[in-house]
Amino acid sequence: MPSISREEVAHLAHLARLDLAPDELDHLAGQLDQILGAVAQVTEVAADDIPPTSHALPLTNVFREDEPRACLPAEAVLAAAPAAEDGRFRVPQILGEEQ
Amino acid sequence: MTVTTALPSFDEAIATYEPVMGMEVHVELGTTTKMFCGCSTAFGGEPNSQVCPVCLGLPGSLPVVNRTAVESAIRIGLALNCSIAEWCRFARKNYFYPDMPKNFQTSQYDEPIAYDGWLDVSLGGETSETFRIGIERAHMEEDTGKSLHVGGATGRIHGASHSLLDYNRSGIPLIEIVTKPIEVPAAVAPAVAKAYVTELRELIRALGVSEARMELGQLRCDANVSLRLPGDPYGTRTETKNVNSLRSVERAVTYEIRRQAAVLSSGGTIVQETRHWHEDTGETTAGRRKEEAEDYRYFPEPDLVPIAPSREWVEELRATLPEPPSVRRARLQEAWGFTDLEMRDVVNAGALSLVFDTVAEGASAGGAKKWWLGEVARVANERGVALEDAGITPGDVARVEALIAEGSLNDKLARQVVEGVLAGEGTPDEVVAARGLVLVNDDAALGTAVDDAIAAQPDVAEKIRGGNLGAVGALIGAIMKSTKGQADAKRARELILERLQG
Repeated sequence: MPSISREEVAHLAHLARLDLAPDELDHLAGQLDQILGAVAQVTEVAADDIPPTSHALPLTNVFREDEPRACLPAEAVLAAAPAAEDGRFRVPQILGEEQ
Repeated sequence: MTVTTALPSFDEAIATYEPVMGMEVHVELGTTTKMFCGCSTAFGGEPNSQVCPVCLGLPGSLPVVNRTAVESAIRIGLALNCSIAEWCRFARKNYFYPDMPKNFQTSQYDEPIAYDGWLDVSLGGETSETFRIGIERAHMEEDTGKSLHVGGATGRIHGASHSLLDYNRSGIPLIEIVTKPIEVPAAVAPAVAKAYVTELRELIRALGVSEARMELGQLRCDANVSLRLPGDPYGTRTETKNVNSLRSVERAVTYEIRRQAAVLSSGGTIVQETRHWHEDTGETTAGRRKEEAEDYRYFPEPDLVPIAPSREWVEELRATLPEPPSVRRARLQEAWGFTDLEMRDVVNAGALSLVFDTVAEGASAGGAKKWWLGEVARVANERGVALEDAGITPGDVARVEALIAEGSLNDKLARQVVEGVLAGEGTPDEVVAARGLVLVNDDAALGTAVDDAIAAQPDVAEKIRGGNLGAVGALIGAIMKSTKGQADAKRARELILERLQG
């Protein structure tokens, strides 16, 4: 029986950079609990002879040759960015990291 | 914060504590295109000129794996004596940092393509002891973009007003190679760490999968270090990032052993964190706390299908492995007649291939070594570039040696020729012609210089007549001066003796 705590929701919210109010944490904890409970039903039908899968298609080894293809023009790339400077993407101040 | 005043010496630190190390090395593969798209990996292009919807993470784009990169990964794994996975997947490593436009890095998590191997390294020179470094895993992933932090001091994040991103590097294939815990006698631990990275670099170059040039970021090293009292379980480790030269590997490990010993012996505890290596000060400073950073929420990459290398393919790739670098070195050392110390100097200078190529162009091994580790190394060091970028080729060096051998140049003139080539004045023959560097060894021209020198120093001449051969040097010095160093010293000496003792 899944049971997700308020602290776990707060931790996930931090990892996803979501600023949630205390009542939202409680609300989402209940919802996530229900979702996990629903997904857990899969374990009832998955027998030991059914390996976990991550892909719907029974394919392996799909490769491309190491041959160059055309890139996008830099002007087009930067035109789609919210901000650019000196041919580069401009992003806001990075917080919580040191280098 | 500086704690240098409180640091014990390395010897004091290891008198009490044993270090345990773990090395993580990232190798940028030399493929033509990126890991998951056909963008060029060429270095030095205009910012954001080598990007496409896949490596920019645009909606609807789908990655496809580069076959050559997988082959390189398998060959690296085999060369490191690893097992190759029969089936493995890529995984998404989620994190918030703008160096990956997708907001995740495509990597491998619990299913690396290669695992459980080893690499033998020796320190060379004073000891022939070999240390077997266990390899935990080698896995495939992609490089990140390059950040430029604007508005703060010296390009650091701290104090910057904003950052600028170039995604040309984003998506270039990387192989991350992780060792098992390295437990070797404390006194040699930093040297073993350096020897491991050196050996790994040689191996990568021998495989031809990357030029593995640390100064270009093609081979990057993170060093994990922890201390413990003998007999105790492993202590808390720190991970020092940004250790990007062979010399730094040894220095960073040494520094971290001393720093941790200072903390522990004063009753403190080590915090599990990343630390940043500063080449200029020779110190590390605290970065992220690990427990805050490590929740990457890995999950199998749904846009890529698994990789299942057939055993036939693996064996085909095994057949392409080169002679192991240690075996090749032993063979070349024997062929070149170098001592252990001479060979170690060549390897540490990264000149093995250059000497090899120079010998292949016809030079003697000793002559090749002399130039690469002498004049070329000096100029490369001054300019802060690698030997191969100093501006002279193995063919040029071999030509200079040939000119010496045929008697057209003496050592002094040869040095001027090498200087000229390094200064961009052309090939050795062009420098000889342009600078008029010709060895004066015809007896007519040289004879005049000899006569002048004897006439100018009659007292010296008298000593030589009296049998004092040590005085000959003074006359040769004068002849060299009057011929601007172009005299053949050996022939000049013969002419002096003919005149004064004949």
